[in-house]
Amino acid sequence: MSVVLEAKNIVRDYHVPGGLFSKGSTVHAVKGVSFTVEKGKTLAIVGESGCGKSTLARILTLIDPATSGDLFIQGKKVDISKGDLTKDLRREVQIVFQNPYSSLNPRQKIGDVLGAPLVIHGNVPASERRDRAMAMLKKVGLGEEHYNRYPHMFSGGQRQRIAIARALMLNPSLLVLDEPVSALDLSVQAQVLNLLADLQDEFNLTYVFISHDLSVVRYIADDVMVMYFGEAVEYGTRDEVFSDPKHPYTRTLFAATPRADPNSIRARLARKKAA
Amino acid sequence: MALLEIENLVVEFQTSTGMFRAVDGVSLEVHEREVLAIVGESGSGKSVSMLAVMGLLPWTAKVTADTMTFNGRDLLTMPGAERRKIIGKDIAMIFQEPVASLNPCFTVGFQIEETLRIHLGLGRRQRRARAIELLTAVGIPDPAERLSSFPHQMSGGQCQRVMIAMAIACNPKLLIADEPTTALDVTIQKQILDLLVNLQAEHGMGMIMITHNMGVVAETADRVVVQYKGRKMEEADVLTLFENPRSNYTKALLAALPDNATGDRLPTIADYFKDGSEIAGAAVS
Repeated sequence: MSVVLEAKNIVRDYHVPGGLFSKGSTVHAVKGVSFTVEKGKTLAIVGESGCGKSTLARILTLIDPATSGDLFIQGKKVDISKGDLTKDLRREVQIVFQNPYSSLNPRQKIGDVLGAPLVIHGNVPASERRDRAMAMLKKVGLGEEHYNRYPHMFSGGQRQRIAIARALMLNPSLLVLDEPVSALDLSVQAQVLNLLADLQDEFNLTYVFISHDLSVVRYIADDVMVMYFGEAVEYGTRDEVFSDPKHPYTRTLFAATPRADPNSIRARLARKKAA
Repeated sequence: MALLEIENLVVEFQTSTGMFRAVDGVSLEVHEREVLAIVGESGSGKSVSMLAVMGLLPWTAKVTADTMTFNGRDLLTMPGAERRKIIGKDIAMIFQEPVASLNPCFTVGFQIEETLRIHLGLGRRQRRARAIELLTAVGIPDPAERLSSFPHQMSGGQCQRVMIAMAIACNPKLLIADEPTTALDVTIQKQILDLLVNLQAEHGMGMIMITHNMGVVAETADRVVVQYKGRKMEEADVLTLFENPRSNYTKALLAALPDNATGDRLPTIADYFKDGSEIAGAAVS
């Protein structure tokens, strides 16, 4: 198994400049996080808002540089603050954002949304762009008739499919999914999760899946990392983390997740009666 | 007698292509001290039907019902001034987006005290005392200080607590919570749900919990109404619904929970209606 992504001790600080009367301060958003992801596997990163998981996503997708620490993609060390960022590298890592209602340009037709990455990355003629966009639309479960439509004509689940299609246009090896299903309804969420699983099988994709929904994580992840205030408090395979959570925060997280099985409902109703 | 009784509620919106029926013949009732959950995906008409109860729909909406009574009083034929005395006092609502539904121009203290002034006519000192009491009840630290905070100075969870404080300010008989935890983290969600359930038990309120999250239903509800495309698919008490769902749609919803995944793939709604049968035809009441 080859390692697609390796992070060693990633740190990201943000400096808040001081005003006339206040001193500047430093926010430690990510405090030394290390992990590896193998090809074709899914790493899930779990945590509450403000724990640094989206900051980490920005570092992994090469949008923001890390303050310190090493990032290896396909075994190659990358430091975008030193100008390591090439077009080829950009192609390797793509991202799907949380909210499909704001991540698509409302004035761009779907065909152009999907063609844009090909325009930026190399000389693909218009006819081939069109063919590849059509093929990708079918892959994500949409049809050719959607090529000339605008984003507002689609439902949330369809838009998320388009966002996934756009991310896959350049055949990336690593896909960072920043809460891809948290804005979707339960039944649509199931469809998108199925799609992600199918695409992973077909293209041997590697996923970094960011989420706060543990039931989704348990379904999709191979490895799980739990973040709390910028630190990775728990990291292991899915079964390790779910069967034997070590850190108190992980246990709090499990306890807070609503359970939808008849036994826990029965227990709750009994408690209510007793009270 | 039921606290809220709705029979055959129909809500239609005027659009450029004719009337659009958002709620299609929904009947339900809520009793005192009962938590009713209304479950459905977006577009199932769950929020619209409750906004119709509150009378908060725009003029383009046409609301009809055979009966719509609160505490035995007909809400449909009641004059507006009369109805406004009930809304916000005896029936209160918690809206979906806490940060967006508070007024950014006023302090949270002002917004809580406004309800107290209009509905209970309390004096300045009493209002302030009651506002502090309410913020304490919903678990906001430093309540006296917090009264002069603006919504943007508070986190999403705290804003939701302020919304709850406003809703329970006049000791309502019925509390409608429209997706109260959708925008929040799981740990905060747990706290807010516990708070709502405790308040409901303490004050003996009836509560309607609108949600699309089956976990939230399992953790809070006594009885559940499942809605799909404006129609009621199923009504059952919470245990029956999870153990023996009768309508195909409910079965599909439960199967789509990642918790219940057995194989590699999650079943989707489409798997349950492969033969193209009309879902509404499969409804049971």
